[in-house]
Amino acid sequence: MVFVGPSLHVTLLPLIGILIVVAGFALRFNPLVVVATAAIATGIAAGHATIDVISAFGKAFIDSRSVPVVWLALPVIGLLERTGLKERARTVISGIRVATTGRLLLAYLALRQITSALGLTSLGGHAQMVRPLIAPMAEAAAEVRWGELPERTRNRVRANAAAVDNIGVFFGEDIFIAIGSILLIRSFLDQNGIHVEPTSLAVWAIPTAVCAFVIHGTRLVLLDRSLKAEIEGGGK
Amino acid sequence: MITLEFVNVLMGLMMAGIAIVNVRDTTNRKRYNNAAFWGLYAVTFLAGSHLPNFVNGLLVIAMVLIVAIGKLGGAPSEQTSRADREVSAAKWGNRLFIPALTIPAVALLGTFTLKGLQVNGVPLVDPKQVTLISLGLATSVALMVGMVMLRPPASAPIIEARRLMDAVSWAAVLPQMLAALGAMFALAGVGPIVAGILSRWIPLDTRFAVVATYTIGMALFTSIMGNAFAAFPVMTAAIGLPLIVHRFGGDVVVMAAVGMLSGFCGTLVTPMAANFNIVPAALLELPDQNAVIKVQIPTALMLLTANTAIMYLFVFR
Repeated sequence: MVFVGPSLHVTLLPLIGILIVVAGFALRFNPLVVVATAAIATGIAAGHATIDVISAFGKAFIDSRSVPVVWLALPVIGLLERTGLKERARTVISGIRVATTGRLLLAYLALRQITSALGLTSLGGHAQMVRPLIAPMAEAAAEVRWGELPERTRNRVRANAAAVDNIGVFFGEDIFIAIGSILLIRSFLDQNGIHVEPTSLAVWAIPTAVCAFVIHGTRLVLLDRSLKAEIEGGGK
Repeated sequence: MITLEFVNVLMGLMMAGIAIVNVRDTTNRKRYNNAAFWGLYAVTFLAGSHLPNFVNGLLVIAMVLIVAIGKLGGAPSEQTSRADREVSAAKWGNRLFIPALTIPAVALLGTFTLKGLQVNGVPLVDPKQVTLISLGLATSVALMVGMVMLRPPASAPIIEARRLMDAVSWAAVLPQMLAALGAMFALAGVGPIVAGILSRWIPLDTRFAVVATYTIGMALFTSIMGNAFAAFPVMTAAIGLPLIVHRFGGDVVVMAAVGMLSGFCGTLVTPMAANFNIVPAALLELPDQNAVIKVQIPTALMLLTANTAIMYLFVFR
């Protein structure tokens, strides 16, 4: 054992933030409250004065203000929803007879991976694409076959629509050489005296991208069957 | 020069508008809580760059206290009925997609064209923030297109933004709060401590053990931190470089590229990656906040196995 005696407190105490997060999420406390508490506790556990901790916390929050920028899409998305955007998205999909929930999401997965690989990550997103377009279309494709969906099935279709957006962008974007993660890898390796070409990093993202498409694509094909069984089985 | 402050002002104005709509909504019993929450958030955007860090910290703590003690009210129901919207959808047809698709179109156009643009030798747009500023511009342009095309009441966009924002509620602030937590972790040196524990307690004397520890460690550590970018430098400094590359002679490119992608598998399974996992559940009005994570877990596990295999097969060639 390396951590013995008083050094235990010195070395492991900053991990209290992780403990608070894990326990708080497990006990289903409000995540915003849990995370803020963990942030303050981590600073105090590291031995800083309370005023310094609150200042550092304030600075970290202010420095991260670009994170929620996607919400700027809400006024126009809300306006379009009010005018029938979701209903229109449903009508369009209902007119395509071969469209099923699984196939539609499979097509979106391919589109999201390919466009992300070309650096076009802003062509997707939960606020701009999934809520107004992809989720209503995926629901409509199921409704054409089975009529009004049970609440449980509807929620499952929506969750799948959100998941496809994530998986598509995660395992597509690294094939693009100027994406954040490639830049991070390069700068980290540079600091350690190793120089690598961004193109070679991007090439080695391709095998995983293919696996992601095969694995999740197969699950989407199976999703149609599973939804059918769920609906015809009376929701049990 | 247009900087990120442009985006901050847009966000601040929208949040202030949402706070005002909330104050005026007498049907919501929690309207003052909601108004105070979004109002304080608006202050962090509009004045945050000029206030002392300590005051900003207090503002954020006040927001958290409102959520913890007062609780926020839910979203109002939609202003138009489904029948109205069906009629309107039939009237406008596919033209309704135009403003929605304006957002990605203008965002892309801006990203490609604004970068090199200069006025009197000064860049028109902060070159480091082109993508975010383009997105801010794109949403403004899309809103203008929507307003001109649909001619709704002038208050419609902010009333609708409030409806969606209150549906997402406190989860809208969670990704930013997690970014702040990450910064506090970095300040306290949490990463090196975890990496130290991992490398001490796990036997690392075969090639496979080292590769599997690195890929699984990336995924685990990412799910704790909520972000593969935070996990990568720590895990790679602890295991990737010293063991895979230096001791066993592995290829640094394969190690780094597949290592990062193993981290992304961790992102898929953690509520700490709130903007990918918790926010969409709120945005799609799912009763289970972990519904998106549950869909992603099987793919994440299979893909992590695939990544471990890819790295083991190719890193030592």
